[in-house]
Amino acid sequence: MEPLLTGHAVLADTNYSNFKLKPDLFMRSLTFALAGFLFTALPAYAENTIRWSATGDAITLDPHAQNEGMTLATAQQIYEPLVNRDKTMALTPGLALSWGLSEDPTMWEFKLRQGVTFHGGQSFTADDVVFSFTRALKPTSDMKDIIGTVLDVIAVDDFTVRVVTDGPNPILPQQINDIFIMSRGWAEENAVTEPQDVAAGQETYAVRHTNGTGPFILELREPDVRTVLVKNETWWGLEEENPHNVDRIIFTPVSNAATRVAALLSGELDFVLDTPVQDLARVRRTPGLTVQSTAEVRAIFIGMDTGRAELRSSNAKGTNPFADIRVRHAINMAVDREAIVKRIMRGMAEPAGMLLSPGIGGYTSEIDALPTLDPEAARALLAEAGYADGFSVTLDCTNDRYMNDEAICQAVVGMLARIGITVRLDAKSKTLHFPKIQNNETDFYLLGWGSGTMDSHYHLDFLAMPDRVWNRTGLDDPDLFAMIDGIATETDFAKRDAMINDAWLRIKGAQVYVPLHHQGLAWAMKERLSLPIQPDNQPQFRLARVAE
Amino acid sequence: MTSFLIRRVGQAALVMVLVSAAAFLLFNYVGDPVNNLVGQEASFEDRQALRDRLGLNDSAPVQFVRFVGNALTGDFGISYRMQRPVSDLVAERLPATVELVLASALFSLLLGIPMGVYTAIHRDGVLSRMVLSVSLIGVSLPTFVIGIGLIYLFSVTLGWLPSFGRGDTMSVGFWTTGLLTASGLKALVLPAVTLGLFQMTFVQRLVRAEMIEVLGTDYIRTARAMGVPRNRIHYVYALKNTLLPVITVIGLKLGELIAFSIVTETVFQWPGLGLLFIQAVAFADIPIMAAYLVMVALVFVIINLAVDVLYAVVDPRLRANRGDPA
Repeated sequence: MEPLLTGHAVLADTNYSNFKLKPDLFMRSLTFALAGFLFTALPAYAENTIRWSATGDAITLDPHAQNEGMTLATAQQIYEPLVNRDKTMALTPGLALSWGLSEDPTMWEFKLRQGVTFHGGQSFTADDVVFSFTRALKPTSDMKDIIGTVLDVIAVDDFTVRVVTDGPNPILPQQINDIFIMSRGWAEENAVTEPQDVAAGQETYAVRHTNGTGPFILELREPDVRTVLVKNETWWGLEEENPHNVDRIIFTPVSNAATRVAALLSGELDFVLDTPVQDLARVRRTPGLTVQSTAEVRAIFIGMDTGRAELRSSNAKGTNPFADIRVRHAINMAVDREAIVKRIMRGMAEPAGMLLSPGIGGYTSEIDALPTLDPEAARALLAEAGYADGFSVTLDCTNDRYMNDEAICQAVVGMLARIGITVRLDAKSKTLHFPKIQNNETDFYLLGWGSGTMDSHYHLDFLAMPDRVWNRTGLDDPDLFAMIDGIATETDFAKRDAMINDAWLRIKGAQVYVPLHHQGLAWAMKERLSLPIQPDNQPQFRLARVAE
Repeated sequence: MTSFLIRRVGQAALVMVLVSAAAFLLFNYVGDPVNNLVGQEASFEDRQALRDRLGLNDSAPVQFVRFVGNALTGDFGISYRMQRPVSDLVAERLPATVELVLASALFSLLLGIPMGVYTAIHRDGVLSRMVLSVSLIGVSLPTFVIGIGLIYLFSVTLGWLPSFGRGDTMSVGFWTTGLLTASGLKALVLPAVTLGLFQMTFVQRLVRAEMIEVLGTDYIRTARAMGVPRNRIHYVYALKNTLLPVITVIGLKLGELIAFSIVTETVFQWPGLGLLFIQAVAFADIPIMAAYLVMVALVFVIINLAVDVLYAVVDPRLRANRGDPA
């Protein structure tokens, strides 16, 4: 690996055991430092460099070991999937040029791109695809659940691959967007044919070394400090229309939001992924900086446990208020979503009436229509249900996961107090909150849900099916469950879309969730940088242009 | 003397065991690391299986004994968040913290002592009053606010100094240093001042108080009566005796600097041990937290042990009182 600055090489060769050199070197450094104080201008790069930052770093560079946002965001600059997504999240060719269902509805066929080489020089063939899918299905892989329907991957010839699923799977191409292709030869050579096992207690070669086919090559990896990527001059995409002109990407995680914003304002960074909403106005006002925003594919909502006979945290004994649909309806009517969006989200969100965010197949503005805001009617409904004096319940909430999550919950507490429901707020870290949901220990909980596939089934499956760790609503509707199972395998898309619409109407009718809003997303960056904002909050530097 | 030492070392070992046991009990409340280790699609069974393999389903005492056993062989396990051995990570991050702590200690002493002496001699001077009021700010403002304030002034407004990171570093053997590059030195200024400001005001106030006391003693009065030059009295006779207790306290304060560096490192994204620890807390990265707490405890225990031993060497009464025959 080359040192970052050429000056390093010279200095690093100096013999430090030679004591006489030290003071001299020190003085020279001191002089440089003092000179540096006088020059406030930033170093000018002859090449196009993007220096960017986010709260956290990738956990690992092993592309199958962690299914986590920053890890995938980093991996996809270096590695490529068969099927890519463009800035509108539509599918585009990646390492596969075309794909389609074969005569057999349980088999998808992918035609691969020819003439692609890995950064290490190996040629890309169907065998690498077979290897990578097999690796992603291994027990230590964190991607195995996403492609859980895959039974087998077969190389028909060097550039044709067939993926066999355990039943018809209409959305396989949408599910494999994060399954990155590694070189079999490289993996075998470096003993990384299996994803890293955290429990095994050792680091593997693939954690800090990469060999992908993607637009950027890893030059330096210092976890938590700096990750440097350089342009892959032989990447196939450079021959397409309007290619990127980025020579170097320097990523530095900065965990403190105020520092991150300060570094952008001072010009030390070109792009910040997660700017706090309260700082966006300041960034917009700064000459040379701009803010791009869009709706993220992530709905924020509250779930109610309707299933148990008695709530754990309520003063209503021997009964479960949430089991009564009138209570659920009243809560939905009492929550002022527009106020939350305006006051707490400062406009960086859209009020929601459904759990699916715009942009995902199955979303309709009719189902997303907001419930009527009417605290008076809500109060009357509660009285009708036998809770004229209200009841108490604990709302479990995160304070470090979603944008202003704790403040949102506080607002909901106040809104429900207006109709007589006494909510005790228990806001805590995600490492404490999420296990509470997973272990089924919560009555009333905040949750946000994005999409791994941009298809409704992902939401329906995880948020409505019974026995899912993220669904604690106790929703009991066998017809709906059968419908969702059908959606998983229906290959007639017109029919499938109708089923999806029905399923969402049923969920909305059951009122087991209180949708709050679709979270917004804002990227702050230099004006000279053009980088399309992605609704999944994952920058694609292959789509970036830096103004000369 | 030997039995005194043995007793002291024995006590230190006991403290270490108690600290690590207490730390382990706390880990039951930091949350579930498994949630951060698998994607949201993972099933309940997958989560349980991983929890089993990580040994998180074992009782706290079992986990503790396993941890101590491994730690004694130098194996602190693998970080959940970084997926790399903890010992490697600690070795990588240690230089950043040590350089930061030393720089801020130097800053607090070089400014704090002269200021303390000055304010003691010129007790009612305008400058003294100003220094004292300003030092109140240093004592009362939280490190976090000072750090952000300095960033906004020197990075955003003036553009003189970097707001985050350690700049370019060079490797000297296993040690990475930022002291030999221009960007490394520039990057050190704000964090070192932020971390050292509280200590500086503390040193200044301590030196002032001691100095005022010393200036009232008989030998100083005698020196004055004998006509020894003023500067010689202040800076040689008085200062020497002032610094003795100051040095003792400062030694112990070094441990405090390491502890406070957590906040400073977070504000400046300084890649040291404090930042490693705070991110480990957010992730429930138990192996890192355990190693860090044990290490900090070790530093405190060693400093205290050294101070105890030195006292015993300097003051024979301490030994005699404990009935030590040596």
